[in-house]
Amino acid sequence: MSSSDHAHDHGHDDHDHHHGPAKGMMRWITTTNHKDIGTLYLWFSLIMFFIGGGMALIIRAELGSPGLQFVDPMFFNSMTTMHAIVMIFGVVMPAFVGLANWMIPMMIGAPDMALPRLNNWSFWIMPFAFTIMLSTLFMDSGGPAGGWTLYPPLVLQMGDSFAFVIFAIHFMGISSVMGSINIVATIFNMRPPGMTMMKMPMFVWTWLITAYLLIATIPVFAGAVTMLLTDRFFGTSFFSAAGGGDPVMFQHIFWFFGHPEVYILILPAFGIVSSIIPTFARKPLFGYDSMVYATASIAFLSFIVWAHHMFTTGMPLAGELFFMFSTMMISVPTGVKVFNWVATMWRGSMTFETPMLFAIGFVIMFTIGGLSGLMLAITPADIQYHDTYFVVAHFHYVLVPGAIYSLMAATYYWIPKWTGNMYDEKLGKLHFWISTIFVNVLFFPMHFVGLAGMPRRIPDYNHIFADWNFIATVGAFGFGFSQLLFVYIIMKCIKGGKEATSEVWEGARGLEWTVPSPAPYHTFEQAPAIDANTVTR
Amino acid sequence: MVDNTTHSLKRHGVVAGKSLLLAVAMFGFGYLMVPIYDIICEVTGLNGKTGRVSISEAAAEVAEDRLVTVEFVASVNSGGTWKFEPAVKEMQVRPGELNEAMYFAQNLSSNAVVGQATPSVSPQAAAKYFNKTECFCFTRQPFEPKASKEMPLTFIIDPDLPINVDRVTLSYTFFKSPDQTT
Repeated sequence: MSSSDHAHDHGHDDHDHHHGPAKGMMRWITTTNHKDIGTLYLWFSLIMFFIGGGMALIIRAELGSPGLQFVDPMFFNSMTTMHAIVMIFGVVMPAFVGLANWMIPMMIGAPDMALPRLNNWSFWIMPFAFTIMLSTLFMDSGGPAGGWTLYPPLVLQMGDSFAFVIFAIHFMGISSVMGSINIVATIFNMRPPGMTMMKMPMFVWTWLITAYLLIATIPVFAGAVTMLLTDRFFGTSFFSAAGGGDPVMFQHIFWFFGHPEVYILILPAFGIVSSIIPTFARKPLFGYDSMVYATASIAFLSFIVWAHHMFTTGMPLAGELFFMFSTMMISVPTGVKVFNWVATMWRGSMTFETPMLFAIGFVIMFTIGGLSGLMLAITPADIQYHDTYFVVAHFHYVLVPGAIYSLMAATYYWIPKWTGNMYDEKLGKLHFWISTIFVNVLFFPMHFVGLAGMPRRIPDYNHIFADWNFIATVGAFGFGFSQLLFVYIIMKCIKGGKEATSEVWEGARGLEWTVPSPAPYHTFEQAPAIDANTVTR
Repeated sequence: MVDNTTHSLKRHGVVAGKSLLLAVAMFGFGYLMVPIYDIICEVTGLNGKTGRVSISEAAAEVAEDRLVTVEFVASVNSGGTWKFEPAVKEMQVRPGELNEAMYFAQNLSSNAVVGQATPSVSPQAAAKYFNKTECFCFTRQPFEPKASKEMPLTFIIDPDLPINVDRVTLSYTFFKSPDQTT
């Protein structure tokens, strides 16, 4: 079956049996096709987005006014914990892996991922992992309620469903590491001749670096939760002072994973935005090389800043200074990126289709979150901000109008390529504006109550915080329900709409826009000819 | 041409194998952080971990002109059924001199239990100058039902203790030992 037998036009009638997907459910269970697996990941993450979002609405409903009204405090705590676990491991990470599956082979001109069967496994582990994780909510001892950071000794006081939590985390980790290995192998081995590293689109670069972060840190997290498991059930004392252990050590091990993890959640977003802004500014990305180096610098720095999450645990002055300055240093490569995006737009022939709106929203609101992050890096100030709503405001600004906006931008940007139809532009813009108004109504007031001293992870609070909390709750419900519009737009686009051209966007650059829309089941079976003049990014 | 011939599968295997090796090594590194953490705490006195020395090592010139107040604190971990308290709340000591203090503990339950005390010194800067030659916290403490005992410790404060420190708090937390064999 040499590839030269394959006709180039996939539309013709008497095509080979292997051209189209299998029929029925088994197609999705046994698939090794990168586009199918990408689709599965994206649907999975969209479903989890509504589960995690539902939990957020329970939290905000409870916090709508002071006092306890809807849920008991233990359930509230398991909601904050589960909301974080679902959103991080069930929404943002799988969505990025899904985009990587769909787009990386098409961006570099490869026929599929390097290890297609591994790919099938890395996806299908996820639904099982999350079924186990979510099932703890229905067990006698309840879901995890000690925060997603799983700090001992609190987390060790959990009932026996703790074992299920650890088991689920292990499975999520295995899935992530397998997915990352696949991405690394694809990028290194599947590039056709002429596709040099520095001709790769930024999304591919950011994912290559993210994959390494995952491979290097997820196993550390797996080690930490294994220690928790043996402390809880097998009599070891890694984190129990009675046996000579130390709970603070968990925080060091956890954040050694946890800080690179937050860049895992944002680097692919940087890649997406770096693809979208040049398209709609009709200019190549400004400072491509510096973007690559900035991404690599951020990844390196992410390994030496972890203790800024622990300033209040008591640290020698030298340690506090080191972690403060190394943290602030991250704003240099991040600043390079933000300025490059702005410079790409500078004097460009800009148009503001929905993906561009979300991308610009990303740049502005991610920067707000970055700025409050810089405030948190200041050790003496952090002692006031630590564990308040200011922290909640900070990381939600970088994750919701940050990572989540990049995912929405990516969906609008590539959905014509996936479905062959244009989405409803009017509704897309409406979705952007409603979301942007409500997301700020939701998270901006959290800065104020945080600075005034409202602690996080508490179901009840002082009356002085009541007004801003009510406003945040209004924002939460507005933002949550406006995401139903997102689902409607996606469904409508799958069903039909204006036919998309293969280029889709006027200013689109890169190999994924050279294949027809919708992208055929198999693309680039014949390696594309790439020379120095081919535009690949 | 990129296709899944044996050759390219081999190349994928090499990349995947190296990546997997990195993942396994990082899992090991997670565990390696445990001894590294202990060493760093011991060397720097972080976390209030106190030193243990023999009497001959600790022998130093007594700083006659300096007095340091040592406070003694005792607490029982949640779930512990002990009465646990220091014999005196505080004492005045001279750096370099060998001192003895006493803690008292009683098992309030009607079962035999093994306890373990863990020390912590604050301020942190003082921790590495607070040296103990003998301490009940070095070993696990078995108790018969309802039994009580006096538990001594001897310590020397290093004369190099920073001059701005004139008050040191030694705190013990008494736990039920994870290892209950006597």
